[in-house]
Amino acid sequence: MATFKLNINGKEQEVDVDPSTPVLWVLRDHLNLVGTKYGCGIAQCGACTIHLDGTATRACMLTVSSVGNSEITTIEGLSEEGDHPVQKAWLEVDVPQCGYCQAGQIMTASALLEKNPNPSDEEIEMAMNGNICRCGTYTRIKKAVKLAAKS
Amino acid sequence: MTLVKTKIGRRAFIRNTGLASGGLVIGFSWLASCKMTPEQVNSLPDEWFDLNGFLKVGDNGMVTIMSPNPEIGQNVKTSMPMIVAEELDVAWKNVLVEQAPLNTDIFTRQLAGGSQSIRQGWESLRMAGATARHMLKEAAAQAWGVSADEITTKDGVLTHEGSGNSAGYGEMASAATAIEVPEEVQLKDNGDFSIIGTDKKNVDGKKIVTGKPLYGLDVYKEGMLTAMIVHPPAFGMKFKSMNAESVKSMPGIKDVFHFEAYPEDVEKQWSDGGAIPELVAIVGDSTWECMQAKKALDVEWEEVSKLESTSYHDEALVSLLDKAQEEPARKDGDVEAAFKKAAKIVESTYSAPYLAHNTMEPMNFFAHVTPEKAELLGPIQTPEFLEQTLVSRLGMPVEKIDIMMTRMGGGFGRRLYGTFAVEAAAISQKMNAPVKLVYSREDDMTQGTYRPSYKVKYKAGIDENGNLIAWHVRGAGTNDDLIFENRFPAGAVDNYLAEKHSLQTNVTTGAWRAPRSNFIAGAEQAFMDEVAEAAGKDPLEFRLELFDRAINNPVGDPEKNDYDPERYAGVLKLVKEKANWGSETGKARGVAAYYCHNSYVAQVLELEDGGDMPRVDKITCAVDCGIVINPLAAKNQIEGGMIDGIGHSTFSAMTFEDGRPEQSNFDKYRLMRHSEAPKNIEVHFVDNGIDPTGLGEPSLPPAIGALSNALYNATGRRYYKQPFINDKPPLVG
Repeated sequence: MATFKLNINGKEQEVDVDPSTPVLWVLRDHLNLVGTKYGCGIAQCGACTIHLDGTATRACMLTVSSVGNSEITTIEGLSEEGDHPVQKAWLEVDVPQCGYCQAGQIMTASALLEKNPNPSDEEIEMAMNGNICRCGTYTRIKKAVKLAAKS
Repeated sequence: MTLVKTKIGRRAFIRNTGLASGGLVIGFSWLASCKMTPEQVNSLPDEWFDLNGFLKVGDNGMVTIMSPNPEIGQNVKTSMPMIVAEELDVAWKNVLVEQAPLNTDIFTRQLAGGSQSIRQGWESLRMAGATARHMLKEAAAQAWGVSADEITTKDGVLTHEGSGNSAGYGEMASAATAIEVPEEVQLKDNGDFSIIGTDKKNVDGKKIVTGKPLYGLDVYKEGMLTAMIVHPPAFGMKFKSMNAESVKSMPGIKDVFHFEAYPEDVEKQWSDGGAIPELVAIVGDSTWECMQAKKALDVEWEEVSKLESTSYHDEALVSLLDKAQEEPARKDGDVEAAFKKAAKIVESTYSAPYLAHNTMEPMNFFAHVTPEKAELLGPIQTPEFLEQTLVSRLGMPVEKIDIMMTRMGGGFGRRLYGTFAVEAAAISQKMNAPVKLVYSREDDMTQGTYRPSYKVKYKAGIDENGNLIAWHVRGAGTNDDLIFENRFPAGAVDNYLAEKHSLQTNVTTGAWRAPRSNFIAGAEQAFMDEVAEAAGKDPLEFRLELFDRAINNPVGDPEKNDYDPERYAGVLKLVKEKANWGSETGKARGVAAYYCHNSYVAQVLELEDGGDMPRVDKITCAVDCGIVINPLAAKNQIEGGMIDGIGHSTFSAMTFEDGRPEQSNFDKYRLMRHSEAPKNIEVHFVDNGIDPTGLGEPSLPPAIGALSNALYNATGRRYYKQPFINDKPPLVG
């Protein structure tokens, strides 16, 4: 066990965990931030996507010991009131079915738009390809990303 | 207005203050952690009045509607309360929705499966709203000294024009609780609907996009331990021994033990299918610590039955396709005689592999079992059946078992089989502590309960005028006999023979979204195109001809046919019009239609240019599900179903080597991704006012047929073997 000071959603948080613990389980089991989801544990499905210094990153294979001073943003910290343009677009298009993958989808989409405010369809697809939606909301997700890009 | 007796499910309408104000709901503090928005908090009433188990009215006119059925992403948590709100006549913005706990005294069929929630809930949901509205009207009539018949309602306001009296529901809610539940109530005419048929957004939408705790895996409670299981690595193996001691001393680990999840004397329900009787449990403080212990644990397994491989399943199914069924499932006329005089014969065999459900949220459940009480909370499609198994497994009376459903990160049939909840309860009982059982993705994918592997052989005979005169289908599946003998084209062909076989295997199988239909529809609709081509006819017109036959001069007893040919033809005609079928688009197209789970769906699918596996550019879809409750969400289900069908038939497969699943995570098990998804989808509904049917499944099966047919038109190859991405069929002709 070791103590780690983490910068999460603009707040410093201290946890005492095994250094090999992935950030996913630090967030969920130790900090009660459950919006970041467990889907595969091998960075294949994207359900655990967070921002690490603004870059979409899979939290399930990011060990807590490797984070250092980097800033972590989770779905809970994307906006204060759930009114980030991507979140608003998701609601407007009524994207979710089961909803489980959507936090990860939103985190990937918001990181994309931060770097590329007007992505083409192909750019959206390439950026989002690491996020699986088993319910098949892909067409609505693309629509919502484009709507968010407009606003 | 339609007058209906409240007798059906009448006990549901007898006031039950226990549900709304206490008992289960308050017992689970986890729900309180799902915070409301500030607007919702500000609008909460000082007091709620329970008019029946389905709803309560606040003194300020807010209404809470209980959503009885489990929510797996089919959106019943929005659409079922919409039906109650419609008949109650309350403004949707003043409605709060809560997931009801399992309560068989109040609700009927609290199950998510078979696309039946809306169809089978329709009447009781309407009655729940109408009964409460009646009681509010009676209360107002007594207060104002007027006849209730003269009182009208709109958006939660009662009005008596003659006397000029008017009151909100909140003002009459207290008095309404004293009104006797009526023997019969009037329901609205369809034309008076103001909520049903309008787009309403997902009631959990805000919580989903902000990452609030909603799912079973999000349950964290005081003193809760995490548990994981280790199951046999191959079908046909069972536990022998392990080195638990060294693992027990690992950090955060509380216990490691072998246990019988399903001892022999447990009275199993159908929902326990796929149960693995013996497992190893690892219990600890946190998920990661349990995962580490799981890796370190060395378990020895022993072989107890044949270790089956995919090659064995395939060979055994092929040999079944060569075997006649002793008593055919259905036989009209004489196919053999018809084949002898046919001008043309068409024959093809189609196949599909096992599939895993792969809900994005792996299996999990929270259980807290003490000698006095069992509390269970988590994602389950069949809470009523789970309760029955727990009575037997825990040796507890039903009154001591409380089950609450969380929102589910997908179901697709997997969560019909609540073995994981029984395992959680058994582990909690042994540990005498609150426990959340978590399956890793690998546990989830290799545990079984798969969509069976299937093969089907078709043979059709066409006369010299291009008429279909004989149709023979023989199907086989693993633990499942595949064929619906009374579905189309039964009833539309003079000589028809349907035969089916099941191959018993120890690889466990279960219902997977649109069971059987998820394979047989695609095969049948692809074969239909082969036959149409041999007959020299347009594939869509060829189908319509067959429906004409089934409408005007059906073969055999039409009551036996499991479809309405007019509604079937109706969706084909609608899709023909909306997709401009027959016009030249320059793109390869395919058509298909199917009926299952009480709804009719037809699709025209269009492919992009290029390659052996071109991407879907556009799907035009026509649906007849009767009244559409919530078009926005209905379209979402239809879009998702088609993407699901196209994705799995193109990319996905579970295979086995000596009983071991060869795929255990998304690196090897391929699911469709963004850049492979259909680009455009258009959905059209038949507007016929018929009572509504479900949409969770019906759009999936035909999409595979439409894809096969479009692929043929694009590539000149007939794709017979799923997943299509691995198939290399030869060019035809």
